[in-house]
Amino acid sequence: MDKDKEPRVRNFHQAKWDEPVIFELNTEGERGILVSKVEKEIEESVGDGICVLPENMKRKKLPALPEIGQMRVLKHYLRLSQHCLGADLNVDLGQGTCTMKYSPKVNEEFVRSPEVAELHPLQDESTMQGALEIIHKLDLFLREISGMDRFSFQPGGGSQAILAMASIIHAYHDLKGESEKRDEIITTIFSHPSDAAAAAVKGYKIITLYQNEDGLPEVDALKKAVSERTAGLLITNPEDTGIFNPRITEFTKVVHDAGGLCGYDQANANGILGVTRAREADFDLCFFNLHKTFSSPHGCGGPATGALGVTEELEDFLPVPVVRCDGNRYRLDSDLAHTIGKVRSFHGVFPAVLRAYAWIMSLGAEGLKEAAHIAVLNNNYILQKVKEIRGASAPFAKGRHRIEQVRYSWEQLTKDTGVSTEDVAFRMADFGFHLWSSHHPFIVPQPFTIEPTESYSKVEIDEYLAGLRKIADEAYEDPEKVKKAPHNSVVHRIDTSTLDDPEKWAITWRAYLKKHKIRR
Amino acid sequence: MKKKDKPAHPYIPNSAPEVKAKMLEEIGVKKIEELYKDIPEKLRFKEKLNLPEAIPSECALKRHVESLLARNSSCKESLSFLGGGCWPHYVPAVCDEISQRSEFLTAYAGEPYEDHGRFQALFEYESLMGELLDLDVVNVPTYDWYQAAGTAIRMAGRITGRKEILISDTISRDRLLAIQNYCRPVVDIQMVGHDPETGLIDLDDLRSKMSSSISGIYFENPSYLGFIEHQGQEISDMAHEKGALSLVGVDPLSLGVMAPPSHNGADIVCGDIQGLGNHMSFGGGHGGFIATRDEERFVMEYPSRLFGITKTAVEGEYGFGDVAYDRTSFGVREEGKEFVGTHAALCGITAAVYLSLIGPRGMQELGQSIMQRSQYAMKKLSEIEAVEAPFFASPHFKEFVVDFRNASKTVREINRYLLKKNIFGGLDLSSEFPELEKCALFCVTEVHTKDDIDRLVRALQECLG
Repeated sequence: MDKDKEPRVRNFHQAKWDEPVIFELNTEGERGILVSKVEKEIEESVGDGICVLPENMKRKKLPALPEIGQMRVLKHYLRLSQHCLGADLNVDLGQGTCTMKYSPKVNEEFVRSPEVAELHPLQDESTMQGALEIIHKLDLFLREISGMDRFSFQPGGGSQAILAMASIIHAYHDLKGESEKRDEIITTIFSHPSDAAAAAVKGYKIITLYQNEDGLPEVDALKKAVSERTAGLLITNPEDTGIFNPRITEFTKVVHDAGGLCGYDQANANGILGVTRAREADFDLCFFNLHKTFSSPHGCGGPATGALGVTEELEDFLPVPVVRCDGNRYRLDSDLAHTIGKVRSFHGVFPAVLRAYAWIMSLGAEGLKEAAHIAVLNNNYILQKVKEIRGASAPFAKGRHRIEQVRYSWEQLTKDTGVSTEDVAFRMADFGFHLWSSHHPFIVPQPFTIEPTESYSKVEIDEYLAGLRKIADEAYEDPEKVKKAPHNSVVHRIDTSTLDDPEKWAITWRAYLKKHKIRR
Repeated sequence: MKKKDKPAHPYIPNSAPEVKAKMLEEIGVKKIEELYKDIPEKLRFKEKLNLPEAIPSECALKRHVESLLARNSSCKESLSFLGGGCWPHYVPAVCDEISQRSEFLTAYAGEPYEDHGRFQALFEYESLMGELLDLDVVNVPTYDWYQAAGTAIRMAGRITGRKEILISDTISRDRLLAIQNYCRPVVDIQMVGHDPETGLIDLDDLRSKMSSSISGIYFENPSYLGFIEHQGQEISDMAHEKGALSLVGVDPLSLGVMAPPSHNGADIVCGDIQGLGNHMSFGGGHGGFIATRDEERFVMEYPSRLFGITKTAVEGEYGFGDVAYDRTSFGVREEGKEFVGTHAALCGITAAVYLSLIGPRGMQELGQSIMQRSQYAMKKLSEIEAVEAPFFASPHFKEFVVDFRNASKTVREINRYLLKKNIFGGLDLSSEFPELEKCALFCVTEVHTKDDIDRLVRALQECLG
């Protein structure tokens, strides 16, 4: 085969089982699994067990769950899984900001082992030394990668890590008696929505800085925004545009001078591992999503980990417990003077911690840097190619390179053909691909964000680009085809009108039956 | 390939030198370094990261990680009676089969087309939970019970426009810590006392604190300490009289035999789905649910994704999508309700599989089995001299407080003895609740056999004899 031959999209068709909703599989009397029978002696000793319940606490009517034999339950959910394209199956470049990299299979073997799956978080410390050691060592690794002084793995995702950062910022000012006065958090429009939203949960008023023609927030705008009311800054860098803010230390300085703390949203740090760190940019707090940069699988949206790092000055504010190492012994310590308490139960999502540990061990220092380098190489290669696609563009920072992702625009395509970014995304499904528009609000018109990570081979990247190119061509030649997409996916264009209508929305099957007057 | 080149790491295909060169050429740069031009020199990390030497071979990595994991001794090797927020329940093989599927494990945020299956599975999760709870709205899972309770409380604040919440003081201290942090500084918390004999909420105390500035009362049933709070209707009535809401945390595994909180006046119900087919995983298997009636004023206050069912362009085809997306932070940033992000979706899909397998009769048998086994354990433990169980004079579900106050040893000493016999004793409550000094919280579920319980009793007899 000619290596330089233009790659073509596949003649793809997703599985389409026309699978009913689980309740429609109900057959009275079938069973999917049985509960172990209670021993005769127990029954003789305590009776039926439920007669002790007060009358009002007894369930009068069994829950209307379906009755289905085991194989059919299995088949149903296997079919639903086939109606889903994970990163293991598609060339998952199109979910920019989310770092859809390869999650190594060997790490799944670790997670499934009884030493992990059957470990209870409240066991005696002597029986969880392996888990504590892995937590401690990952803490040490991330300290090195970020320059921070201690990590907590308790937050169950990036947004919860942001909540924890905002909580620490609040507790820090509270200790100084300034938490009421300092009631503002500053962020930027190209930082994740949760940098604004999770901080607002802590009662903060949010000030959002917008971008200049380079796509970056202005130092002068920040200077105008800070005051004695500033509690802190929560910012991503590179932002969702993939543009690195070279003046970031001026940002942290302005906020520090105003008495605020600086939190670095490094949910996605995939392009800068071993290249630049939170420490050198003078941040006080940062977090990494272990399910993004550090390879833990995304699981349809969790469970996950937002690994939260702080400088020495803020160590005592971390959620408890933290893991300490006394020589060869590991122990849990809940005795932190200013702890914010807890954000998630127990020690966070240990399986994600373990996978991140194994991933870093597999790569080492050079491998991490190579992963970042190749992620950036892949991204700039795609940038070069997308700019050549008719109707597509890469707003901001003209002529410059990007770090790990790019926020592109179909603005021209939409103007020329009426085909929107949503239409293109839906058509991508016809070729076994996924394309995400972007976080709201759409500052970039008709946006789409691509982040290739280090995981995909050039051949796969070319195949994905061929998909984009083909759809752009279709938009100019046969726009209706794109507007009516998908054609080869599981389902056809969805009627979303009912989803915002309180009279018609149906969030459960029972609500659907009632509201749409369907007889069961 | 030149001899000196290191092999490409298996996770980084484009490290292959020829590919790399070709891509650099296409971009028009000579070295990857040039792509980082925007990062100023002074921000560059010039040293090499101080990390252990890499173990790129999978075989060697496996040995290394397994040697660390071997330092754990799990509940599979020992007989465990630990609960307290993370519970040992049987995980059906089909649950593992589905939760390990590449398609679900490595999917994330696809559209309702290429990820139709993810939307349907989570819609089914919401629907199955809805039947169990007898409520019409259930969220796509949040992180865990802690977060679900925190959000239920914040929702109640927004729905009523009030800033104070009452919480039953038998709640777990850790869960309370998370709720406190989640409420601070927006919502004020007042604790409501309990009857020292039964553990039940002190209705007089509740009445005296309930007022028109209170958004709601949050309590749990069964409680963290295992007893069943049967005054749900009176508590709800008391809240409703003052225009406040009734918020109840519940163990879904109890709902085959116990009436769901919605039958006793609850407005917002929350809890954890770990026990529904998710492994304990050192606390990594949690997911939180929030459920309400299908009223706009409730639905519009959820921060979570809510997946709904709808039609498509093709007659008879089901489609799925986000209900009222513009209430979320994904839609409108800080103007949204709290925040949404990556939470615990896979635990929700696994719980859907679990509920589909076990069915209505299975839920009833499961609940009954847990009640019988835990009652047997309480009875047998009470036969030991100087041991009383349960501490609280109420019916219990799954967990119960064992009173060792008359014993010659502390809970710590007892648990150390049990550990030597490969038994994980109950959770020491001595520091968590001053009144429960020398008491421990034991958990008995469907996985505990009569022999297991008898073995615990024998070991305790030896220890205290």
